[in-house]
Amino acid sequence: MSDSPVRHVSLRSGVYADSVRLMQVSREIGDRPGVHAVVVAMATPLNLELAAGMGLAPDGEAKPDQLIIALTATDDAELAAAVAAVDAALTARADRGEAQTIPARTIGAGLDGAADPALAIISVPGPYAVAEAADAIAAGRSVLIFSDGVPVEHEVALKRAAHDAGVLVMGPDCGTAIVSGVALGFANVVRRGPVGLVAASGTGAQQVSCLLDAAGVGVSHLLGVGGRDLSAAVGGLATLDALAALDADPATERVLLVSKPPEPSVAARVAEVAQGLDVPVRSAALSAEQPDLTAAVEALLGDLGVAVPEWPSRPGTADAVPPGAVLKGFYSGGTLADETMLIAAPALGDIRSNTPLRPELDLGTDLGATGHVVVDFGDDALTVGRAHPMIDPTLRLEAIAGLAESGEPAVLLLDVVLGHGADPDPAATLVPALRSAGLPTVVALVGTEADPQCWSRQADALAEAGAAVFASNAAATRYALALIGDQA
Amino acid sequence: MTEPLGGLLSAPPTIVAAGVEVFSTALRQQGASVTDVDWRPPGFGSADDLTQLALDPRRASANRVAVERVLAAGSLLVDVRPAREVLDLPDRMLLHSGPPLTWETASGPMRGALIGACVFEGWATDVSDAERVLAAGEITLDPCHHHRTVGPMAGVTSPSMWMWCLEDPANGGQAWCNLNEGLGKVLRMGAYSDEVLTRLAWMRDVLGPVLQRAVRSRPEPLDVKAIMAQMLQMGDEGHNRNRAGSLMALRELSPSIVGVDAPAQDIAEVLRFIGGNEHFYLNLGMPTAKLAMDAARDVPGSTMVTVLSRNGTEFGIQTAGTGDRWFTAPANTPVGLYLGDYGPEDANPDIGDSAIMEAYGVGGFSMAAAPAIVRFVGGTVPDALATTERMYQLTLAENPAMQIPIMGFRGSPTGIDVLKVARTGWLPQINTGMAGRVAGTGQVGAGLVQPPQACFEQALAALAEESRAR
Repeated sequence: MSDSPVRHVSLRSGVYADSVRLMQVSREIGDRPGVHAVVVAMATPLNLELAAGMGLAPDGEAKPDQLIIALTATDDAELAAAVAAVDAALTARADRGEAQTIPARTIGAGLDGAADPALAIISVPGPYAVAEAADAIAAGRSVLIFSDGVPVEHEVALKRAAHDAGVLVMGPDCGTAIVSGVALGFANVVRRGPVGLVAASGTGAQQVSCLLDAAGVGVSHLLGVGGRDLSAAVGGLATLDALAALDADPATERVLLVSKPPEPSVAARVAEVAQGLDVPVRSAALSAEQPDLTAAVEALLGDLGVAVPEWPSRPGTADAVPPGAVLKGFYSGGTLADETMLIAAPALGDIRSNTPLRPELDLGTDLGATGHVVVDFGDDALTVGRAHPMIDPTLRLEAIAGLAESGEPAVLLLDVVLGHGADPDPAATLVPALRSAGLPTVVALVGTEADPQCWSRQADALAEAGAAVFASNAAATRYALALIGDQA
Repeated sequence: MTEPLGGLLSAPPTIVAAGVEVFSTALRQQGASVTDVDWRPPGFGSADDLTQLALDPRRASANRVAVERVLAAGSLLVDVRPAREVLDLPDRMLLHSGPPLTWETASGPMRGALIGACVFEGWATDVSDAERVLAAGEITLDPCHHHRTVGPMAGVTSPSMWMWCLEDPANGGQAWCNLNEGLGKVLRMGAYSDEVLTRLAWMRDVLGPVLQRAVRSRPEPLDVKAIMAQMLQMGDEGHNRNRAGSLMALRELSPSIVGVDAPAQDIAEVLRFIGGNEHFYLNLGMPTAKLAMDAARDVPGSTMVTVLSRNGTEFGIQTAGTGDRWFTAPANTPVGLYLGDYGPEDANPDIGDSAIMEAYGVGGFSMAAAPAIVRFVGGTVPDALATTERMYQLTLAENPAMQIPIMGFRGSPTGIDVLKVARTGWLPQINTGMAGRVAGTGQVGAGLVQPPQACFEQALAALAEESRAR
């Protein structure tokens, strides 16, 4: 390097910029490759000292309200360019920038400022669902927890806190609710009306609400409480709160309680509380004594003075049933599977299942076992890492193909559940599978005409493929039993 | 009778959803009002610990108690006294900022300030003698926070320094802070030249006594919190920018200062010193925040942060639920703008008790209040608004006394919640000065910094452990 750096030091009056702006300009100019040192600052004693320390002291007296521009550069051309760049930087108008909105990261932040009535819906992974749900309860808002994998002791803690806060926890593992006409998760498009539903069963609630709709009776609210609510551990905490809320709701005139087989002591406690309410409560909780959701709906219609209609069905063209046929119930809804077993067991005897009526009938992982079998493909053990069979039919279609291949004589019994959140056209995948399997098939088609998939359109397609189709799962089951019985 | 479930059954609900998008889509198709939360897995903390704290039945009320004490706290300037009298310090003890440290672990600016203080107190004859006595452990070092004191940057407080004495009329607390030396080559930034020591001597011999007599002569104690409320509405955020606050403090104090029976030249020098020091108010603002945060100490079950502080080596935090326990990790180095030809290599890691301002909800949390300094955030006014918006999601309350005009006069985001920090994955934003890495340098710039996440990880684990053990 032969050239020594050249320097520029000047003072300006009548120019003011705040220190941050000036530090920013200094950095910008200092980043130029030909520039060595820069001071662009108000000429305060401190800044003059800084400049002097860099060999850039101004000649003569400087006043604090003056601006000092001092820099060194490799040559005159760069020096002039750098000084010009200082001027340009000082006069540049700052970009106003894009307005940013910061979305809420948590349910608590999201509910902050939400209009009432507000409801939180949580479908984050189970281990993190509790903190989000606790936010909603702390904010005095009810919450629907779709997530599964929440330990039962946390469910109890949330439901106790919700009770104290006067709000409701629907779930965990609650897939179905209708609140003031808004369908949450998996739910059907049903008319509004006087019947409130409390459901510890998602597909059970869908079956019941669709049958009511078919009878011309509407639903005020469908409050899901999660499949474990009527277990001994949870003790019906949310069921009791939901009953109380519906009791106080002027739009609700009757209540129907829908559940898989409940813990008897809890069922008794709930029944006792229900008796003390103003609103009449009827139970459609499944048991050996009360195995039939359709019958419960019919009884409720009787209470309301509404004639029981002929439940929608399509006869289908079921192939001849081979001698010795067994029942193969392949279900996506756990409650419907339970109902089928409760109805069929007295006729068929033991039915093996992954969600058996008695532990010794547990199928384990052998979904292709011979004999009478009912499989719940919606069971948590079969949905790990994949979507619910109401969305993703793969496993069930494989099982149907496997059954056809096995050659075991069988009547195939299926549920197909329509509504919000479900497969937009389940018949489209099911019909080719049924045609290819060529098995005598009965379908419980749960849905309404107003559902996005339209009940009759789906029913026609399935019937066209040869299946007998029923809006009532109980009716479908009895029809399948009749087919088997004819051969017995 | 109130409506069941908060009116949930009387009208279609407004829905706030976290998780799978298909449900929100289905709801929108029905015409429902849906707000999607930008949920993501927590930034840190085991799901067990997060759930333990989320379900701790004490937490909501404990946090409410803690933050309400913070909001209720006031701050009155009641006296100015030498640290020796105020703190009853044992001989040869120096206070410093941040969590506990030793001479061996002290950073350059901390060492510089400790050296300067030893010489200033006459405990050493010169710099090398001071290094010797400090290295020999002849001087006891203790955090300011252990003495209801806060000190900016190195925070070194020695017996001869004068201190602002503040009281909280609501909770009866007291807090103290030394007097601000000004900018540039100053002890708190680690400088210890003759110029620094000469200024400290003048502050000891002239400024302190004059301020003491002025403060004592006022008919009413100065309401320091009221000044903070006003300065936020005048473009200060109270940590990096204290211009309006300093001028208001000067306005309030000057009649009493002028009334002190002292040589006119001294009075003039005092007024000139205060008027020329844009950060004069900082040392009043910090103990104001300290009073508020100390009011929230020892509330079992509370996950609120009571202290954010750094010693130039480590960052330390404390929480209302874990008492005086420090959670520490190596301090980050601020990012920002530099004076003169200083650059990033000259900057020391984060230092100072002044992050108590952020713990209180001003400073970086009220970034939106100070458009003049938003460029430290790396850009624009919207960035500053976004910073404050994020901080609202980390905090328990809005401080109605500290309003931010551009946010529609919303109160500042106050009361950092360790649980919310973990769940959002966002760390508190701190506005700060930058001290030179080498002892004796002084200030090299100012900018932004965040606490190390590890401090919050430790605090979360400790709070969860305490919750389980109760």
